[in-house]
Amino acid sequence: MEMTRRDLLSQCSKLLVLTATAARALEQAGNAPAPGDTYHMADHWWGMIIDIDKCIGCGNCVRACSQENQVPAGYFRTWVERYQVTEDRDHPLVESPDGAINGFPPTTRPGVKSFFVPKLCNHCADSPCTQVCPVGATFISPDGVVLIDPEYCLGCRYCIQACPYGCRYYHPEKDIADKCTLCYHRITKGLTTACCEACPTGARQLVDLKNPKDPVHAFLRDHKVQVLKPQMATGAKIFYNDLDGSVR
Amino acid sequence: MSGVEGFMYPNEVELQWSLLIVLYPYITGLVAGAFILASLERVFKVEAVKPTYRLALLTALAFLLVAPLPLQLHLGHPERSFEMYLTPHRSSAMAMFGFVYLWYLTVVLLLEIWLEYRPDIVRFAQTRTGVTRWIYKALTLGSENLSPSSLRIDDRVGYVVTVIGIPSAFLLHGYVGFIFGSVKANPWWSTPLMPVVFLFSAMTSGIAAVLVLYVISMKLRKTPIDMRCLDTVAKYLFYTFVIDFSLEMLDLVQRTYEADESFRSLDFMVHTRLWLSQVVIQIFLGTLGPLAVLAVTQLRTFSETLRRRLYITASLLTLVGIFAMRWNVVIGGQLFSKSFLGYTTYKVQFAAREGLLPAIALMILPFVLFYALVKLLPPWQEHKATEA
Repeated sequence: MEMTRRDLLSQCSKLLVLTATAARALEQAGNAPAPGDTYHMADHWWGMIIDIDKCIGCGNCVRACSQENQVPAGYFRTWVERYQVTEDRDHPLVESPDGAINGFPPTTRPGVKSFFVPKLCNHCADSPCTQVCPVGATFISPDGVVLIDPEYCLGCRYCIQACPYGCRYYHPEKDIADKCTLCYHRITKGLTTACCEACPTGARQLVDLKNPKDPVHAFLRDHKVQVLKPQMATGAKIFYNDLDGSVR
Repeated sequence: MSGVEGFMYPNEVELQWSLLIVLYPYITGLVAGAFILASLERVFKVEAVKPTYRLALLTALAFLLVAPLPLQLHLGHPERSFEMYLTPHRSSAMAMFGFVYLWYLTVVLLLEIWLEYRPDIVRFAQTRTGVTRWIYKALTLGSENLSPSSLRIDDRVGYVVTVIGIPSAFLLHGYVGFIFGSVKANPWWSTPLMPVVFLFSAMTSGIAAVLVLYVISMKLRKTPIDMRCLDTVAKYLFYTFVIDFSLEMLDLVQRTYEADESFRSLDFMVHTRLWLSQVVIQIFLGTLGPLAVLAVTQLRTFSETLRRRLYITASLLTLVGIFAMRWNVVIGGQLFSKSFLGYTTYKVQFAAREGLLPAIALMILPFVLFYALVKLLPPWQEHKATEA
């Protein structure tokens, strides 16, 4: 069968239309929106409020964190300290048995000012730990969370030395630095952190400082809040309500 | 918890930087100190120390080749360390290590040694036989020209390299001090004096190491020791040690007088857990001891044999003292809690990855390399003196 020039052009045009349609359909299929794809990092700036007066030292947060993040035994992404402060404020009695994973035994010093201080990574805006990492394996995400790339960390432990709050540890199995991720796998899906979720009194509240509707703005206006070691100028984003001056 | 006194943040109980990290500043210090001694002859024309010139260069090279090993052994993922070259994090002091190291090794030390030894290498390449001939042939890098004009160029370039080498040596060790001095979270480390103290302690230990190696080499070769050289090296050891000690005391006085929030905690640590390593070994045995010995040799005249013994004693004590200083900086800086409310303990393991055994092996290795380098590139220049 002889094919004229007109036939050839007609066949080619049909082929082109078909190919283009198929390619477009494939592209659409490949780009199907994932469930968490509505999360935009630039729209958030995460932090946490810890209300000292509400913490009862039950250790629920430590247990929840440990289970959620498979924290190796003896290491802590979050822990709770109990302060017992006499008039000699320079020498408070501080304890955190096993990071308070099982809570605290009853106090042996009744009548002494006593309170609990939950601790975790401060997700500092000017974090000294990210500054010192020789390869940039630890970094601040655009939504304000300090994270570690486990595939990139050398395990030099300089970041652990640089953290003023003792929040980082050396993971004994992975041979890398490890720390609180503010449950990044949860908060990017619209959930709260495991520790906040487990807290029975609401002493811990995940906050989004970029969200104008977040109650954090009213809280920060109405309460006397403080960060840990403000003299370190790290831009810490864990805000403590009613923090005693003896806390370090 | 065993070994813990008072309150430590739960993740602080375990020390992160071990004995191997003590070795790192110690070894780089010996490199920088040895090189600066070598530059005394080359740049500052201190002719008396000429017999130690080549020895000092080879000492620096032997120790520099070993310097990265303790770090590699310490890393959790040593296979990723090359990333420091490929994707260095510009704000990190540690990220610069690879570049400072490579600069110092290749641009300064290897080049200066090659220029200094080139006539010998060419001579060996022409006179030796067998495999060694080929080794020296390769070391000539294809340049066998020993004409007076080419030797003049060698000398001029060598001078320039040494001049560049002095700030490079300062950079190498000042930078190591900066790695510690810039950690604001740790008041034991965080002081602008740290790089300067590291630098002068490096010079002290490097000069002491070369003095010891020179005397031992001469003894082994049954060659008379050049006492004018030894007296001069000892004099420079004394001067640098006085500066080093003054700086350390200045730091101590400043801390004591300021007495900031960390002072009570650090003071307690020095009087308890660091008493032996800092007060007894570093200050009395390793600093005041050798300083007193060296001061006496500067003030009174002794016989050659006694002077030699006194110099060796002072140098060995200096090496112990500077090692103790590194220990107290690295380990001491991790024994107290950043809450200033407690203290932990460090127990050196023996056959572990970061234990005593690999540390001993790493300290023996530079001497093995030094022996090999001396065999390959003999530093002895008596024949030249005779020829002259």
